[in-house]
Amino acid sequence: MATIILFAPLIGAILCGFGWRIIGEKAGQVLTTALVFLGAFLSWYIFLTFDGETRHIPLMRWIESGSLMAEWSIRLDRLTAIMLVVVNTVSALVHLYSFGYMAHDENWHEGEHYKARFFAYLSFFTFAMLALVTADNLVQMFFGWEGVGVASYLLIGFYYRKASANAAAIKAFVVNRVGDFGFALGIFALFYLTDSIRFDDVFAAAPGLAETNLSFLWSDWNAANLIGVLLFIGAMGKSAQLFLHTWLPDAMEGPTPVSALIHAATMVTAGVFLVCRMSPLYEVAPEAKTMIVVVGASTAFFAATVGLVQNDIKRVIAYSTCSQLGYMFVAAGVGVYSVAMFHLFTHAFFKAMLFLGAGSVITATHHEQDMRYYGGLRKQIPLTFAAMLIGTLAITGVGIPLTHWGFAGFLSKDAVIESAWGGGSQYAFWLLVVAACFTSFYSWRLMFMTFFGESRAHARTAHGQGHGHGAQGHDDHAHTPHESPMTMLIPLGVLGLGAVFSGMVWYGVFFGDEAKMRAWYGMETAAAEGAGHGGEPAAEGEHGAAPAEGMAAMEGADAGHEAPAAGGTAPKGAIAIGPDNHVIHAAHEAPVWVKVSPFVAMLLGLVTAWLFYIVSPVLPAALARMFRPLYLFLLNKWYFDELYERLFVAPARGIGSFLWRRGDGNLIDGTINGVAMGIIPFFTRLAGRAQSGYIFHYAFAMVLGIVILVTWMTLYGGAR
Amino acid sequence: MAQQLLSFITFLPLVAAAIMAMFMRGNDAAAQMGAKRLALFATLATFLASILLLLEFDPADTGFQFVVERPWILGLTYKMGVDGISILFVMLTTFLMPLVIWSAWGVEKRVKEYMIAFLVLETLMLGVFCALDLVLFYLFFEAGLIPMFLIIGIWGGKERIYAAFKFFLYTFLGSVLMLVAMIAMYMDAGTTDIVRLMDHSFSSETMPLLGFQIVGGLQTLLWLAFFASFAVKMPMWPVHTWLPDAHVQAPTAGSVILAAVLLKMGGYGFLRFSLPMFPVASDLLAPLVFWMSAIAIVYTSLVALAQTDMKKLIAYSSVAHMGYVTLGIFAANQQGIDGAIFQMLSHGFISGALFLCVGVIYDRMHTREIDAYGGLVNRMPVYALVFMFFTMANVGLPGTSGFVGEFLTLAGIFQVNTWVAAVATTGVILSAAYALWLYRRVVFGDLIKEALKSISDMTGREKAIFAPLIAMTLILGVYPAAVTDVIGPSVKALVTDYHDAVAAAAAAGDVASN
Repeated sequence: MATIILFAPLIGAILCGFGWRIIGEKAGQVLTTALVFLGAFLSWYIFLTFDGETRHIPLMRWIESGSLMAEWSIRLDRLTAIMLVVVNTVSALVHLYSFGYMAHDENWHEGEHYKARFFAYLSFFTFAMLALVTADNLVQMFFGWEGVGVASYLLIGFYYRKASANAAAIKAFVVNRVGDFGFALGIFALFYLTDSIRFDDVFAAAPGLAETNLSFLWSDWNAANLIGVLLFIGAMGKSAQLFLHTWLPDAMEGPTPVSALIHAATMVTAGVFLVCRMSPLYEVAPEAKTMIVVVGASTAFFAATVGLVQNDIKRVIAYSTCSQLGYMFVAAGVGVYSVAMFHLFTHAFFKAMLFLGAGSVITATHHEQDMRYYGGLRKQIPLTFAAMLIGTLAITGVGIPLTHWGFAGFLSKDAVIESAWGGGSQYAFWLLVVAACFTSFYSWRLMFMTFFGESRAHARTAHGQGHGHGAQGHDDHAHTPHESPMTMLIPLGVLGLGAVFSGMVWYGVFFGDEAKMRAWYGMETAAAEGAGHGGEPAAEGEHGAAPAEGMAAMEGADAGHEAPAAGGTAPKGAIAIGPDNHVIHAAHEAPVWVKVSPFVAMLLGLVTAWLFYIVSPVLPAALARMFRPLYLFLLNKWYFDELYERLFVAPARGIGSFLWRRGDGNLIDGTINGVAMGIIPFFTRLAGRAQSGYIFHYAFAMVLGIVILVTWMTLYGGAR
Repeated sequence: MAQQLLSFITFLPLVAAAIMAMFMRGNDAAAQMGAKRLALFATLATFLASILLLLEFDPADTGFQFVVERPWILGLTYKMGVDGISILFVMLTTFLMPLVIWSAWGVEKRVKEYMIAFLVLETLMLGVFCALDLVLFYLFFEAGLIPMFLIIGIWGGKERIYAAFKFFLYTFLGSVLMLVAMIAMYMDAGTTDIVRLMDHSFSSETMPLLGFQIVGGLQTLLWLAFFASFAVKMPMWPVHTWLPDAHVQAPTAGSVILAAVLLKMGGYGFLRFSLPMFPVASDLLAPLVFWMSAIAIVYTSLVALAQTDMKKLIAYSSVAHMGYVTLGIFAANQQGIDGAIFQMLSHGFISGALFLCVGVIYDRMHTREIDAYGGLVNRMPVYALVFMFFTMANVGLPGTSGFVGEFLTLAGIFQVNTWVAAVATTGVILSAAYALWLYRRVVFGDLIKEALKSISDMTGREKAIFAPLIAMTLILGVYPAAVTDVIGPSVKALVTDYHDAVAAAAAAGDVASN
């Protein structure tokens, strides 16, 4: 069944991408969508019925060289099951949504066929992402990792006539490659030390790695920490963490469904997935974990500050994504991988929803993306408004404090913040709380600017095309904004269910109270119990596998590790006895003020946004004038792009040019030609006058030379 | 028959060339087409015969197979044979030749001679990979220069004379040293039989020469002499500058063969001579190779970023990719050498296809300037797809053959030297940058240049040429075991012998163990 899930989108992509001329564009769209929906239903079935026992499904041989054995195979465990649901659900809904969104695209001329290509890319992306999450070894994961990178590149650059889209696509690919550089080195180091790249072998060897030193570059390092950091560099690239985040906002050049699927719900969470997948390693790599916490928290804060002042609706959400990914990393970094997956899970629903909602707004306003030209859309597109409202309530974390009743983000984000507190990182805790306040502010700012107040659409015509944003702004704003078609609204509705309920339903499973956690992670009959409770416990069961194995590996004493079930059968289970446990415990025991703090931060942000954009709309401009340097600093995203341009991009071109002209041209050619005493120019002059027929004479001379040399050598050798 | 198969494969193209030279007259369209057809037929027949060879080949046997040995002129011996390391280079050559000939369908200048040059070249290339005698090897290796020299010098671009001579001088000067080394080897071992030379252990005792103490002794000297020749062929930094000029001036078919097969002779030479015959010296001088390779990868990738000529850019990219090959070979472990061979084969398909991609639009626009293009996707969607595929393969996307070679060589070198591995791995970033930037400038964007407005998409013939290349790149990327099964045992034997020899020398105290 997992095999069907994995290959359904690939088949769809191939048939649609190459066969649409035969079967028709519409049929191609329907086919891809149907296949992904099939995958989604099967994924839910697996998710809800999974017994928690890791399964390996070998498919085919792949790279084999000496002891390096990487095969194509599927690893089905609780972590995989969660990701299957996330990827396929969002992907299926985005396919459906794209029917409406891509129906009339003004970037294309009349009669151009772009839809089949779009759907094929989407399905190809889905396949690559599934290959990533079902990988049973690091190299196959790398295959998926790069595959989603290519799909992302193709989809960001989907409007290939736009220079900005092409630039953004290349930037995304190259920046990701910087991360892959670390990822690849991490794989090499793991193979070097453990002689395998299969997850099971690596996990079994993880405790040993903590005791090993690896001489890497200029120093000796603790192997576990070093590999942890190298792999995390890969995760930073894919998940747009600080320093490697610059590609994500630019990636918004892609069509909005792409932003929802790839740059919010699935691909960018691959880094978080990687860290969770490698949890047995990270459990013995404390310094690598500290780095994850610091980078994650800093990203959460940084991206939130930038989000405060952006005017492009998609960029606001992009920075929001970047920030939320930081949250996930903090949870993973403090060792509560379960909560990282929880936030990943809920975030997929509400962030996809926000993006698709934004897409609906953009369609409604004829491809206007600048929020300064929105306003008052509440009444014109009420359903979209409702969807966006749910999304906003979810992301800002609205719920009833100190209970487990609230929107998805309320439960998962609070769990992250409590984990950060429990993990003992004051730095992370406070940054996350402040970021929560900012999140609330920019999310509500988006809502207020878009849906409330008076329409400012006419302001655009006054400004003409002068503004940089929304390159395809149109003059036809006389049109009233219109509600989107059903194909776009249904996905919003389904995601809305997730945004509202996914937190509450699976809260116990991912975070819960500690006794429940111990029970869930410790009991071998998790699935049997789960059947009684419906979906909730089953999902709980699904989650335990990877950490469970990790802990089994840590115990080390029982050599029964090769049986993946060992983690499940261990009496105390995974998280119950690890260092994680204390963090979860501490998180649960967090003082009331800690538990309430994100809620307070949320209220603070909401009230400020309300003051700024509803009560007194002149305030923001005044503040921006007053703190102009700060405002510009934020508006220009902390000047990262400019910095990198000067530090890396321009020098690379400069050095390349220098090496070519001076190095190759003057130094090497100069020297060698000089040594040859200008023999080439001499020949050139000689031959330049000659007809090309003369070249046969030179060739003949060469033959003669060789014959003479060989003859001489033979005779000389024979004489001995 | 099986015994003669190797000779049959090697000399079939030469026979066709002779027939063409002697019996085909006239220069009208019919005669030209006849020459093309005969060449295509001969290369196809060679390919089919080589498939037979592969089917009959037993990978488990790590010795030489299909060995032919008989006396020849001047007391020399004619000895040919293939093992797991060389057989796939034979396959690569025979596979590419029909495609190359077919890609030259549009040539109108001295067609018969052009075809003869390629057929002769094929025989000489195959001879290099099959020869099991020093003199025979040298003959094939050096004579291979001549047809290539002619192809560049006669059918090349404006600066073809300069490029042809540069090509000739660089590669020939290195070869003279190799010849001297071969004479010395003959004097030392008393045989020119490569198989016996591989068993012969050349002295690695430190010896004085011109007042210097040469660590590694005779082995070091011989190694350096061979290195001079192979490094130029590869080409390795800093003796790579002949390659971009040669590529730019060569006609499309010439570029394809140059990149896909001729460059592999250097790597093959390292595997056939340097590692098995001079293991102690290889071990001693490996750091030199590592750093030259690592610098090559970064240096040429940066230079590629600055190029304005498509062919030059791809040529520099080739140098960078060959850097992985030398890294892998001298890492001297299973992953490294498997990876190096894989990388050479894969690069044969990918770089060959990239030069063909340039050829497709060069045939239409007669310029290689990147700035002359832009927005081709609007009129050439199939071309855009093919070019994208090979661009991605070139940057080493997993699932294509480009990834496997890079990954294995880097995994191999990491076990030996992490600094070099880290520097070389930056190549994955830089290659993405230059390759995608090239693609964007040529294919993406709006089509605004007037000259391009009527450009036509690939013809059926062009598509048919690319199809097998795409298939091979994909098959090797998804199922690389097909290759590693064939080369694995031979490589394993090579690695084992190599490390035994190094350990023995260290035990004997010839060189300080490192």
